[in-house]
Amino acid sequence: MNVKPASGYREIDHTADWELEIWAPTLPELLEQSALGMYHLTGIKPTSGLHSSHSISLQFDDPETLLVDFLNELLFLIESEDLVINQFDLRIEADTLLAVLSGVKIDSLDKEIKAATYHQLAIRETGQGLLASIVFDV
Amino acid sequence: MVDLNELTRVSLYEWEIPSTYRQDMRVPVRIFATKQLLDEIKSDKSLEQAVNAATLPGLVSPVVVMPDVHQGYGFPIGGVAATRLPDGIISPGAIGYDINCGVRLLASQVEFESAKNHLPELANSLNRLCPSGVGKKGHLNLSFKELDQVCLQGSRWAQKHGFASEADLRRTEENGELDGADPSKISKRAKERGRQQLGTLGAGNHFIEVDVVDQVFNQRAAQAMGLVEGQLAVMIHCGSRGFGHQVCTDYVRDFQAAVKRYGIHLPDRELVCAPLNSPEGKNYLAAMRCAANYAFANRQVLAHFARQAFEEALAGKVSHWHLSQVYDIAHNMGKIETHQVEGKPVEVCVHRKGATRAFGPGFQGLPSEYKSIGQPVLVPGSMGTASWVLTGTPESMQRSFGSSCHGAGRTMSRKKAKKSIWGEDLRNELQARGIHIRAGSMAGLAEEAPQAYKDVDAVVETVYEAGIADKVARLKPVAVIKG
Repeated sequence: MNVKPASGYREIDHTADWELEIWAPTLPELLEQSALGMYHLTGIKPTSGLHSSHSISLQFDDPETLLVDFLNELLFLIESEDLVINQFDLRIEADTLLAVLSGVKIDSLDKEIKAATYHQLAIRETGQGLLASIVFDV
Repeated sequence: MVDLNELTRVSLYEWEIPSTYRQDMRVPVRIFATKQLLDEIKSDKSLEQAVNAATLPGLVSPVVVMPDVHQGYGFPIGGVAATRLPDGIISPGAIGYDINCGVRLLASQVEFESAKNHLPELANSLNRLCPSGVGKKGHLNLSFKELDQVCLQGSRWAQKHGFASEADLRRTEENGELDGADPSKISKRAKERGRQQLGTLGAGNHFIEVDVVDQVFNQRAAQAMGLVEGQLAVMIHCGSRGFGHQVCTDYVRDFQAAVKRYGIHLPDRELVCAPLNSPEGKNYLAAMRCAANYAFANRQVLAHFARQAFEEALAGKVSHWHLSQVYDIAHNMGKIETHQVEGKPVEVCVHRKGATRAFGPGFQGLPSEYKSIGQPVLVPGSMGTASWVLTGTPESMQRSFGSSCHGAGRTMSRKKAKKSIWGEDLRNELQARGIHIRAGSMAGLAEEAPQAYKDVDAVVETVYEAGIADKVARLKPVAVIKG
């Protein structure tokens, strides 16, 4: 019997862009899975070089806004720093995400994502945790 | 999913979803399509997204949907929506992340037959001189001050720096320089992203294509444009790169709060908007114009390097290898224009997302040589198929806010394309058909396979038969450079 893991992501059919379904027990884990899913879609390959760390804090009104902001931060790091994050230390305090992101330089990248969008974005409680689907403009 | 039974057939090529279809619609949706294309359109969420777009405040008449429409995010790709000034809305999501994504066409007098043996070198030169690929940086590294000048002047900045001729500017939408741009409305992050990407193609569906003019349908128009059967032309498809993406990202974020402030209720958060006369609306319009000018300059710099590539690969081997500009036109843009609404001239903000402006003959902004033929409409295909040159018509002014289609339009998901198509196989197949491919990513190439797109000829036939564009020439690709 196949048991669905507690957290993960899968690609959903979308005509022009990319859509991911993501699930996880908690919001920080959902953010991490979304990041991994997004990296997977781009075909990103990390180098085996040195790690560098980035601390960011994101204030948010609702979890959906946080998800979009968080992914757009990672897209910015790809473009500006050539950086793929592979260690996530994510903590939520009240309406703020405090993140320590550790990553390495990118070796290669197949595809470009312009942005994470709000299109029909809703993070839902399922009983087993949180579930969301997000569309990326490519 | 919209039920076909809900659609009223307005004419052989036009359908309507009435505003009674859903309670929150403010206007109907008009779709230009054949029955067959409509069936394809209904296989994704395009029409649902068009219905959502029809709920935007301040719309003056139907949301128009082009035959190449496909599902996007929020607003469908291939949609046109006009909102009334001063209190109608402007929506960044209804223009898109790639602000002023558009197409430029350059004509040559090089006969395909005399150049065909040099095409591999030409493809190599274009690939080397015109940087492409994910996040690729260009030959230029602008200071923040200089980037502000690009925002303000667009193609004129390129001309000042030796990348453009006067004729290039005359043959660019708005002369490649939109008024009302204000760099102070752009975030530092957007500027950081924009500084090093001017003159780059990017990735995804963007490309530089060398075409041969396959068939001319309107000799007079083709002559005015410098297009001759059997001769080479170059098409450049790209936009405002990370700069524009960040401008849209910033304002979609800001407008999440704006809709609450203005009491605007929407079926999709990606459609967030603000009244055109609000501070938020004005700021976005000024920022969007910066990104639009950046995109005009971007395609202009790429055109400069395409000219260098032609010189490098063809000079001394063929005659007349120079490239002259046919036109440059946006297909993701918000423009303040005057259109007839219920028989009266009304100032509106026309949102075109995946739709090309297609103004008819006589339009004031056209160069004199195009006044009598109408504005060129450039319709890129999908690597293995045709690309088209059309012109706008008087009917397009009346029925689609002076707009027409922008491409073939996707029909197959990226997920399915990459599962069923192997990039190397596709490259070999295209090569066997005489189309030289230079691609940075085979996985990316597979997603952009011709099979993933609708039949561009059917799309063009629809806008032609519907009367919103006239056919000028059909182009056939012989070399494609992709990121």
